Amino acid sequence: MRRIVAGMLLALSAGCVVLLPTSAFAALTIEITQGEGSGTPIAAVPFRWHGDTEPPEDIRAIIAADLHRSGRFDLLPAADFLSKPSEITEVRYKDWRLIKAEALVIGRVIEKGPDQFEVSFQLLDVYRERIKVGLRFSVSAAQLRQVAHQISDRIFYEMTGVRGAFDTRIAYVTMNQQDNGDRLYRLMVADSDGHDPQQILQTTNLPVLSPAWSPNGEWLAYVSFSNATSGANIWLQDINSGNRRTIAQVEGAASAPAWSPDGKWLALTISAKGNTDIYVLQVASGDIRQLTRHPAIDTEPAWSPDGRHLVFTSDRSGRPQIYRIGRNGGEVERLTRGGKENARASYDPSGKRLVMVTNRGTGAGYQIGVFSLASGEMELLTDGTLDESPTFSPNGAMILYATRLGRDGVLAAVSADGRVRQILKMHDGEVREPAWAASR
Amino acid sequence: MRRFGTVFLVLFLGVVLAGCAATKKKGGEVEVEDATISDTTDAASTDAASSGISSEDTTAGEIIAISEDSTDLDDPLGQRVIYFDFDSSNLTPEAQRVVEAHAQYLAGNPGMAVVLEGHADERGTREYNLALGEHRANTVNEILQGLGVAPDAIRTISYGEERPVSMGQDESAWSLNRRVEILY
Repeated sequence: MRRIVAGMLLALSAGCVVLLPTSAFAALTIEITQGEGSGTPIAAVPFRWHGDTEPPEDIRAIIAADLHRSGRFDLLPAADFLSKPSEITEVRYKDWRLIKAEALVIGRVIEKGPDQFEVSFQLLDVYRERIKVGLRFSVSAAQLRQVAHQISDRIFYEMTGVRGAFDTRIAYVTMNQQDNGDRLYRLMVADSDGHDPQQILQTTNLPVLSPAWSPNGEWLAYVSFSNATSGANIWLQDINSGNRRTIAQVEGAASAPAWSPDGKWLALTISAKGNTDIYVLQVASGDIRQLTRHPAIDTEPAWSPDGRHLVFTSDRSGRPQIYRIGRNGGEVERLTRGGKENARASYDPSGKRLVMVTNRGTGAGYQIGVFSLASGEMELLTDGTLDESPTFSPNGAMILYATRLGRDGVLAAVSADGRVRQILKMHDGEVREPAWAASR
Repeated sequence: MRRFGTVFLVLFLGVVLAGCAATKKKGGEVEVEDATISDTTDAASTDAASSGISSEDTTAGEIIAISEDSTDLDDPLGQRVIYFDFDSSNLTPEAQRVVEAHAQYLAGNPGMAVVLEGHADERGTREYNLALGEHRANTVNEILQGLGVAPDAIRTISYGEERPVSMGQDESAWSLNRRVEILY
């Protein structure tokens, strides 16, 4: 199935000799490297296909991968299924109790016309023998993957009470070192499972870092350089039109952009005359205000979900640690005390936890940790030596971060409880600087 | 770490498409290249349009600066890279001597200008390292100015950990990457 789609794309590209670098997708593959069998057991039956040709997508496979990736579910192997219903009238609940499924997903895809499909699904409670939710969608082939993610979102919500975040997008940066030594950077946007990567920026020898989504998912702020002699600056790019501009001209280097939850402000770092402080900039007017004033390095600001505070990294105590300040300035409070270094913190959607890069001082390097603001305790989620750039999924259930696999830079996702981990890697080149969009 | 299973969701594409020329752009995308230090700026962008992305060589300026270093290791003026300790912007006595030699040269040659390019090793976060590179460049800047070099003869820029000269993942590589390059 998938081979057919890939084959078609290849045929298409081979026929088109003058190709745009814009369509040069840097492919990501997902490899699940760690998973524990302690989630809710759920059975997802392959969706029945009613159509003349081959089904364009395997909806069940997409849903199963989503649910598994979240760490909350144990997908029962289809080989164990005693029956393969696609409608409620075909369901024998006993078949599912026997294999200890708590929930059952059934569905079908009907080819209604040219590029017109009807997808329906039902989520069933095996023990109560009733429908938890059922939905029907009418879509084109190109929308089938998105529908599958929306079904996953709905299942996740019904089963956990937390909204799903499968139908979302991520941004990341890739770097390819060319034979002539040039470094080629690409800013990419893809579905949260790495699918459908779109290149939105390409630079040669001008590093790209710190992409940050606007809350409405329409803009990316990121750090790059204009040329080899001007310092870092922040660009705002409309990801649909490609229009981009630098933020209001500031003296010195600007970096580390972070959107306020209402999308009206950007917190950022400005380095000028040897001093590095946090500022806030009103996006519409370009008005800028200094928030921290300290000779040490203050950088990596991130807003609390209620927009009232910012956390940031500062080495004012010697090594980088996490501090907090009110959005209008005022007193600076140190949050992290354990470990040798803590940096690049950001809030989870509840505002109760921070995810950050931590160096515990044991010689093990840098890992991703989740810090509870209430208890001050840090929980380590990863075991790399150079893990960095953690970003929460919009529902707080997953964390995407950058790590190393051998010498390669790859992305990894870990469930917030640390149980399931997966690697997203490129065929060739490095992937880094992930950012998870708050909305699609 | 237990290997649980492998799911390949997306397959290739990149390589086949990457070699193709840019004649037209799709809506949401921007292409930028650093061709400012190349002496064939115009030619480079024309080449990019006709023969693909990998045809530019824009790092020539830097390579020359580094190769000049080795010409006279005893002459502090011949040393154009200052190295730092981990997470530090302080100069070693040896580095101080090199910076002073450049200060003397610059102060005695008004009209000469210099770019101080700060870098960090890969440890620590990228944004923190961007700031650290800035601080390192500024440390050198302050010494130069303190020794009479005109402020407008000096520019500082930081690339943080983004432009390592050594790709290794040990102290010998890291120590080469924690640096300020003095570029005339």
